Amino acid sequence: MTDDVDRNRRHFLTVATAVTGGAGVVAVAIPFLASLKPSARAQALGAPVEVPIGSLEPGEMVRVMWRGRLVYVLRRDEEMLSRLPESKDLLRDPDSAVVEQQPEFAVNEHRSLKPEYLVIEGSCTHLGCAPLAEFEVGPADDWFGGFFCPCHGSRFDLSGRVYKGVPAPTNLRVPPYRFIREDVIMIGSDAGAA
Amino acid sequence: MARIESEVGTRGSAIMKWIDDRFPFTETMKYHITEYYASKNFNWWYIFGVLAMVVLVMQLVTGIFLTMNYKPSAVEAFASVEYIMRDVEWGWLIRYMHSTGASFFFIIVYLHMFRAMLYGSYQKPRELIWLIGMLIFFVLMAEGFAGYLLPWGQMSYWGAQVIISLFGAIPFVGEALVEWIRGDYAISDITLNRFFAFHVILLPLILVALVFLHIVALHHVGSNNPDGVDIKKNKGPDGIPLDGIAFHPYHTTKDLVGIVFFLMIFSGVVFFAPDMGGYFLEHANFEPANMMATPEHIAPVWYYTPYYAILRAVPDKFWGFVLFALSVVLPVFLPWLDRSRVKSIRYRGWIYKMALSVFVVSFVTLGWLGLQPAEGTYVMLARIFSVLYFAFFLLMPYYTTIDKTKPVPDRVVYHG
Repeated sequence: MTDDVDRNRRHFLTVATAVTGGAGVVAVAIPFLASLKPSARAQALGAPVEVPIGSLEPGEMVRVMWRGRLVYVLRRDEEMLSRLPESKDLLRDPDSAVVEQQPEFAVNEHRSLKPEYLVIEGSCTHLGCAPLAEFEVGPADDWFGGFFCPCHGSRFDLSGRVYKGVPAPTNLRVPPYRFIREDVIMIGSDAGAA
Repeated sequence: MARIESEVGTRGSAIMKWIDDRFPFTETMKYHITEYYASKNFNWWYIFGVLAMVVLVMQLVTGIFLTMNYKPSAVEAFASVEYIMRDVEWGWLIRYMHSTGASFFFIIVYLHMFRAMLYGSYQKPRELIWLIGMLIFFVLMAEGFAGYLLPWGQMSYWGAQVIISLFGAIPFVGEALVEWIRGDYAISDITLNRFFAFHVILLPLILVALVFLHIVALHHVGSNNPDGVDIKKNKGPDGIPLDGIAFHPYHTTKDLVGIVFFLMIFSGVVFFAPDMGGYFLEHANFEPANMMATPEHIAPVWYYTPYYAILRAVPDKFWGFVLFALSVVLPVFLPWLDRSRVKSIRYRGWIYKMALSVFVVSFVTLGWLGLQPAEGTYVMLARIFSVLYFAFFLLMPYYTTIDKTKPVPDRVVYHG
């Protein structure tokens, strides 16, 4: 090779080639990575679900699936609702201040659209186990009824609000939902709610 | 580069020393890449090796992504391919890249093999490279065949039916062998499942291992060149062949241009003609497999048709199979059939040039005939070209001996 190599020119061409090639690799990677996202079928299966609640008695709870996730629908009676304020001092986030744990309409003491009906994801905010329904008060004097996670002992009240001193960091998540009729809830969409 | 090294300083070289004391990294890079000297007079025929590597990687990557949504079951396979095409984001692109890649793999490999025939690359001392390469070709044929069954379309099913039944022509054990390959009394879910295992695990593993050996063998003896001259005979005082230039950066830079050009053509097919008018993806395969009805016109994918035409040209089941198998295997013996004193076609006489032309015409014509219905003139033509195909190989020891060769220069030369 001769010595009259234009090193700047060579450097420019090397960098330009590498940048162009790199851009090409990134452009090709996009469809491959995007193909791993939920497919059209998965999205269709993840559509909102309708839950009829006409036959739900006060104090009764049903479990439904939405997007492969467990959702509890609990119809609280007057007595249960009256217990909500009692545990307030024992809770980590009594006012639902953590924004991403519920839609706007559920930032209230009963954490729901209608005080009577609680719609909540049955997935412990610690590591995702399904909390058990333990609606009776006691036997311990600091238990006012609610949800108890059997995996690591996290506790939540009848609005799914987390107790202090348990592994779960936040309240149970309220999914988007709305009443499409007086006796039918649609979970997965809150358009037009509140 | 010198500037960068001095800036990065000794830390980088200290890490490299730590690695090199434990693993021959720098040594391997030098031996295979930065200090692997290949002839400076490579022409465009020498692009197909690297293109085959590019397509191999592409097939592996797209294949892995396809398995994420494909279902290897007779009930679900066809629907899962449609699912990939319609419901998976970009699934159509990944699948068309894979199916187009299969055809391009064969185009590239056929041209790569033809390059070896042009320049005598299979001759001593490169016989093992050729043999390993032929093994790669056989595995590739099996890979393509197994893969073609997976979409479970009409052509998948009936193509597999015909090709697997071929083995039934073997005397005594044939029928039992066919049943063993299928794992059932007919091609079924069981066959599909095992072909899936072959296609995604067994054959790709063998393929990658063989490609590795192919390159190890190549770098051990060094690449041939269009003059068929041994560049290692003329070395400079530094021990580097005078006609050789380092694989990197010289050949890699040139290869990059070839790769970009290839990708342009490849993308054109993927985006505008993924079925290539029925040659890359046969129309009958857009219908699910139906065990009760053979498609009216059945032909394998284009890359098998030269051999398929030979099979159909023989009016006897057993001998058809024998000649078919022979036509696939014969090229293996090229290093020993070719008795010429020179490698490259540039220094061969008119007889070899004519023979090679006849071979090319026969191979291409047989490929076309394999796609036509097996009747009348087509069969007659297939017979004529089959004879020519075999004659090229079987008469080679004779005509390469009497062919008048030209003197081979000492160093590589440039032509124009």
